[in-house]
Amino acid sequence: MKDVREALMVGRNSEGKLVRRPLSPHLQAYNMVRISSGTSIMHRITGVALSAGALFLTVWLAAAAAGDSVLSVVQAVYGSVIGLLVLAGFTWALWYHFLNGLRHLAWDAGKGFELPDMHRSGKLVIAGSFILAAVTVVAAYLVW
Amino acid sequence: MSSNSNPSIHIRRSPLGRAKGLGAAKAGSAHWWAERVSSVALIPLTLYAIFSVVALGHADAAGVAAYMALPWNAVLFIAFAVTLYHHIGLGLTVVIEDYVRPEAQRITLTFIVKAGVILLGLLSVISILKLAL
Repeated sequence: MKDVREALMVGRNSEGKLVRRPLSPHLQAYNMVRISSGTSIMHRITGVALSAGALFLTVWLAAAAAGDSVLSVVQAVYGSVIGLLVLAGFTWALWYHFLNGLRHLAWDAGKGFELPDMHRSGKLVIAGSFILAAVTVVAAYLVW
Repeated sequence: MSSNSNPSIHIRRSPLGRAKGLGAAKAGSAHWWAERVSSVALIPLTLYAIFSVVALGHADAAGVAAYMALPWNAVLFIAFAVTLYHHIGLGLTVVIEDYVRPEAQRITLTFIVKAGVILLGLLSVISILKLAL
């Protein structure tokens, strides 16, 4: 008896003929410098990075709830040069994931699939993420 | 698995036996849908959270507490934290399922993610409530 996974690889085409299901190529097959695959993998990378960003937010909330003695330590760490660089990185990642997420939702609605549209929206997402991150960082600096 | 140019099925189970439990149960798309629904909810909530964090970045504990004491701020921040950690749990699970082998590691990591997002989500909510009340 054959491996059951082998059986799951067999399907029928629209004519009812048994065919081997196509397998999607693995990561190495894609050129990550391209807008299409580059923006896709960046969505994942920023998503995973932002999980750590959420941890930073929760630590800040818990510190504020604990009182000034803890909050001042957290603010000193976040306000250090390295801390500020990390926060600026999270800011960019958040705007990127936000804008590219809108792009994904548009695709889910069946819009913007044509290659020229997809390339244009990809470039808009990249440019927009840097612009909005810069605006946010400047706003945070001015409030400070 | 060998690539076979002439596919065939060699399974000694009835077609019904094979089909049972495989698909069309309408549950397979629940995870996908939950990711989209939470992401749509996060569009306004994230904009609100960015605005709040920028405004509160330099505030002391009393300043943050005064902000959260306004009921709509506490409600929006709790909604943001819960939706955010729900979305993070869904997203990280997919990434783990795609890249982590073998099975034992995958299950362990998935469990850690599930426990982590629940605990961190609860910590956020309790902290917001403590500041607000």
